Amino acid sequence: MSAERKTSLWGYLIEFETVDQLIHAAEKVRDAGFDKWDAHTPFPVHGLDKAMGVKRTILPYLVFVGGFTGLIVAIVMQWWMNAYDYPYIISGKPFWSIPANFPIMFELTVLFSAFATFFGMLGFNQLPELYHPLFSAERFRRATSDRFFISIEAKDPKFHAEKTKSFADTLGGAPALAVEEEDE
Amino acid sequence: MKKTIDRSNENRSLGDLGPMLTRVGGIVAAIGILATLAIAFTSDHGTERFFKSYTTNFAYFLSLSLGGIFFVVIQHLTSATWSVVVRRIAEAIAANMLLLLGLFIPIAFGMDIIYHHWTDPHAASDPVLAAKLGYLNKPFFLIRWGLYFLIWVVLSRFFHGQSVKQDTTGDIDHTLRMQKWSAPAIVLFALTTTFAAFDLIMSLNPHWYSTILGVYYFAGCALSAFALIAMSSMWLQAKGRITESVTTEHYHDLGKLCFAFTIFWAYIGFSQFMLIWYANIPEETEWYLHRITGSWLPFSWGILIAHFVVPFLFFISRIPKRSRAFFRFGAVYILIIHWCDMYWVTMPEWYTDGIHFNLMDITLFLAMGGLFLVGMARRLGKASLVPEKDPRLEGSLAFENY
Repeated sequence: MSAERKTSLWGYLIEFETVDQLIHAAEKVRDAGFDKWDAHTPFPVHGLDKAMGVKRTILPYLVFVGGFTGLIVAIVMQWWMNAYDYPYIISGKPFWSIPANFPIMFELTVLFSAFATFFGMLGFNQLPELYHPLFSAERFRRATSDRFFISIEAKDPKFHAEKTKSFADTLGGAPALAVEEEDE
Repeated sequence: MKKTIDRSNENRSLGDLGPMLTRVGGIVAAIGILATLAIAFTSDHGTERFFKSYTTNFAYFLSLSLGGIFFVVIQHLTSATWSVVVRRIAEAIAANMLLLLGLFIPIAFGMDIIYHHWTDPHAASDPVLAAKLGYLNKPFFLIRWGLYFLIWVVLSRFFHGQSVKQDTTGDIDHTLRMQKWSAPAIVLFALTTTFAAFDLIMSLNPHWYSTILGVYYFAGCALSAFALIAMSSMWLQAKGRITESVTTEHYHDLGKLCFAFTIFWAYIGFSQFMLIWYANIPEETEWYLHRITGSWLPFSWGILIAHFVVPFLFFISRIPKRSRAFFRFGAVYILIIHWCDMYWVTMPEWYTDGIHFNLMDITLFLAMGGLFLVGMARRLGKASLVPEKDPRLEGSLAFENY
């Protein structure tokens, strides 16, 4: 460490060895009413959403809007290109023939739905995020290998440096680790 | 965190519902048969009309059982876990193949009316038909149907039989054997379904050909079978059977399949239409010309909207898939609209000027539907409603959509 930089408490990190410990701890944190907290696991854990009290995503509605936009774009685009801006007889069909436009309508519906899904997912998860204060914790590296973690952020309205620390120690994992964050 | 289900107090046998269904089915079938005979013998051109209505309804009920075979075979082929608890119902639907073999007999006798275009001796003087008569002739037609039914009956009995045997032995070999044979079974199913659709539906208009018609028929088979499985399961649950085994999660997946095959049906239907529309070759467009003539035009639009747009919007959300009240309605709706689709692919070939509704369309539906119900009830009554010792049963019970 060369230059001294001011740091402040970002939150606590609690390490667990098994999925069951994690799930039970998550239920406790959920019931304690915390809002800004998360669980970190090396693989998807079934039932964790419920234990964390995570609400259902609104992504499907965004996808529906995306797909519907694609449909409308496809109709308007083809009408403008083939029937309005540059009318051209193809195969003796009318300038504006819907059946010929169906494949593009289908494709753009799918394409826009896929975009809405992909970018919507990134957006709702606030990704990409290149750095996170948790990366400074050495032990957190095992979250991608064989350990399970719960992190509680200091930003949470219910957070209290001492009280939350003693609460975190009751969760059944390793003693809570304070994670520091560099000030801007 | 595995979900555990208490099935100790669950009733998993059809029990006294069996005789009740047999009685109801028998009465409905008797009413249907008597009414059909009365109309057929008293009205003008009654027998002629009988065979036409018969073909439409036969295509419908055949599609249900074919869909049942498809469901059972594809579950084994993919080693599916989720579907174990509803597989018996699909097996029972598939097992009606023997009944359908019996129901085929009137078609064999009515060929001169149903397929008059190519059974007529004058067909030989039509250059297009003359070239096809090597395939479209009565003996070969009957040989093919014999072969189809041989395959279908063997398939449906094999998968049901092995599964029932496993209920007592608990031997995993049954599962492995079904898994092994499911691969050739799906190939046989695809070929027979395609050619059956060509023979039953496409040859009504022997000038016309569409290689995708078999897939179109298959899409309806699968869709209606999913709906029938869901409906049967919900009915059994309402009568206090399999109340714990089948959960909202299983309905959610059946609902997803209904949604997917609604889109698949439309995709295939449109694929057939667009190529014919674009190429604009007279012997191909004729098929659609019949369907936009007279009152068939609003009927065609109705099929497009009622068979695609409505179920698409209905099943797109997870709410109706997970709510039994909604899904029950959706399943019945699909079963009705699929019947209309079968009406649409067959009837315009005989009545090219517009819809000619006849009461026999309905009475034959009752007759065959009643017999179909009796067949299903008999098969379901023979064993537990759930494959008791299937190695994947536990996984199926604990199944959840995440």
